[in-house]
Amino acid sequence: MAETAAWTRKDLLGLEDLSRQEIELILSTAESFKEVSTREIKKVPALRGKTVVNLFYEPSTRTRVSFEVAAKRLSADVINIATETSSVRKGETLIDTGRNIEALKVDIVVVRHNYSGAGIMLARHLKASVVNAGDGWHEHPTQALLDIFTLKEKLGKIAGLKVSIVGDIAHSRVARSNIWGLTKLGAKVTVCAPPMLIPPAIEQTGVSVTHDIGAALKGADAVNVLRMQFERDDSLAFPRQLEYFKSFGITRERLEKAKKDIVVMHPGPINRGIEMSSEVADGANSVILEQVTNGIAVRMAALFLVAQANEAINGKAAD
Amino acid sequence: MGKLLIKNGRVVDPANKVDAVRDVLAENGRIAGVAENIRANSAKVIDAAGKIVLPGLVDMHVHLREPGREDKETVASGTKAALKGGVTSVLAMPNTTPSIDSAENVSFLKEIIKSTASANVFIAAAITKGREGKELTDIAELKKLGIAAITDDGSSLDPDKLMLEALKKAKANGMLAICHCEDKKLSNHGCVNSGIISTRMGLKGISRESEYKRVERDIDLAAKAGSAVHIAHISCRESVEMIRRAKKNGAKVTCDVTPHHFSLTEEAVLGFDANFKMNPPLRSKEDVSAIREGLRDGTIDAIASDHAPHTENEKEIEFERAEFGVIGLETELAAAITELLDQGILDWPGLVEKMALNPARILGIDKGTLSIGRDADIVIVDPDKAWIVRREGLVSKSKNCAFLGRELKGAVEYTICSGKVAYGIHS
Ligand SMILES: [Zn+2]
Repeated sequence: MAETAAWTRKDLLGLEDLSRQEIELILSTAESFKEVSTREIKKVPALRGKTVVNLFYEPSTRTRVSFEVAAKRLSADVINIATETSSVRKGETLIDTGRNIEALKVDIVVVRHNYSGAGIMLARHLKASVVNAGDGWHEHPTQALLDIFTLKEKLGKIAGLKVSIVGDIAHSRVARSNIWGLTKLGAKVTVCAPPMLIPPAIEQTGVSVTHDIGAALKGADAVNVLRMQFERDDSLAFPRQLEYFKSFGITRERLEKAKKDIVVMHPGPINRGIEMSSEVADGANSVILEQVTNGIAVRMAALFLVAQANEAINGKAAD
Repeated sequence: MGKLLIKNGRVVDPANKVDAVRDVLAENGRIAGVAENIRANSAKVIDAAGKIVLPGLVDMHVHLREPGREDKETVASGTKAALKGGVTSVLAMPNTTPSIDSAENVSFLKEIIKSTASANVFIAAAITKGREGKELTDIAELKKLGIAAITDDGSSLDPDKLMLEALKKAKANGMLAICHCEDKKLSNHGCVNSGIISTRMGLKGISRESEYKRVERDIDLAAKAGSAVHIAHISCRESVEMIRRAKKNGAKVTCDVTPHHFSLTEEAVLGFDANFKMNPPLRSKEDVSAIREGLRDGTIDAIASDHAPHTENEKEIEFERAEFGVIGLETELAAAITELLDQGILDWPGLVEKMALNPARILGIDKGTLSIGRDADIVIVDPDKAWIVRREGLVSKSKNCAFLGRELKGAVEYTICSGKVAYGIHS
């Protein structure tokens, strides 16, 4: 029997710390919010009077817009702050920035940062709720939650599924959050990449490792394909784009050897012809656009739950 | 100068094979007697019954940050922190601004020490000018100025040839070379131990190879040069094994370890708290056990704090951007009592060897014993008193301590420097 835990955390920083029950609670909350987006008036008053700040140190229109839409559908006010990290480097520290934002009496800070652990640090210093929208190579919990939500919607369950994650695992927060979330819910996860893109001791998180894309696809219920970021790596050992596509790209030919109804996911934006062919990206197995839609429901759930918990915490503190 | 008589303490002085209840008399700044029932007219008396009386600790790896970063620490504040921790002698590392790489800069630092230090400060000078790893400093001249050792701490000399040359010059001048063993090509801007923790945290890892390959190289080069070499702050199993083997083969190698490396594992960094960010990084459980075994069997000669003060602005920031290093002068003795003595890894004489006698011997300085005629540098410790490390209690200018919030056992009651009470719980 699925017992649901109550959500008591002021912040959502990653999936590593969450229990299976907590993850399931976010997913079921997201399910009930998904319907809101199908209404004629796509709004509920759940966060009326609350202010959400999107504090983005790294440009990401997709994630920022998704959070913004989610917050607005909950009737929250939204402020977007985009900060070039380079200018912050010289001046104000993250904590100072956080405190200044808090002085504006905001309730939730959604933070995207290019350093691992930035959200955790901010959360330690702020009374406002902090939602991690991606920190360095560390975690991207709402992305993983929307991936898992989409999978569950497509395949009806997570436990027992075989999911392969393909691409730059070493530098991917999406991969890490997916690994924590999927393994906690009972999926079998395989990561697939060239050796230099597999981080040390990753098997200790409970995943299997392969360098063979055929093996990763064979028998898999789903494949989550990560965005390759060739532009940031200067290492000679890093595969070239075409070389990468040849060895790891998801093509129709490769999919034909996999399960017929294998679910193909990608957090976007896709490098067509590098991570996957256009044929696959737009094909019947692809759920990439559904992921985007589900992202809103999942983020509504995240914002709603942390706001509620924070109210309870601060209410208690006031007694 | 007056007399100071310490009555009825358990005196632990391995240099003289003493571990018994004794009185210690200091006269004119020097040890005048260690015996039962000493009587001395007009002496100030400290009752040390139930306490442990040790030679003042010698910490051979301390960053006092002066000149150049007086916002982090000064000779004045750093030596006060030392005294509070029972440390009467420190070796000041040369990575200051400017670095201690010339006669002029040495004299400048000596002036500061003369006018502001409240404990003994010995000076380590740089091996290369500006610690740039390119051109050797004038080791013969530095020796004449009374420099206790040379080191480019903070980095390792990359070119083998230059390192060999440095070791030869050190040997020719009777100077000790202290090596920070890190191949930066291998540590590659990492910030935590490479392994499951770096993977979980999404941080770049620092491999163990980056340390032990350099340990191996520096031992080899020292053998070629016929010189001694001291390896600073070792952190991993392989380094311990290499040094153990080298010592068996007669190599003139010594090494030290910090309290954080024998007390904490890499799991401490999981909350992204930069007070656990240090170089070398905290390593795995297996490494910590190997370090403890190395302390037990004598492979590791000394305990040094690697006291590395940093301001809040440099620590309370994103983990990857935060500075490496933690302070340690005020907690090292208590950490050693809690983690090593209470767990049977060292006994009192063993602990005094690692924290006073051996570092003094390695540096060739007249400290670390209670021998008659030596400077009366003495520490009186309450071995059973437990205390919680709190930032408000720290006298170092910086508060970046890895033991904050932890309960440690063993508290310094008095630190006596040249026969005078320089720190006392009642003063
Ligand atoms: Zn060092």
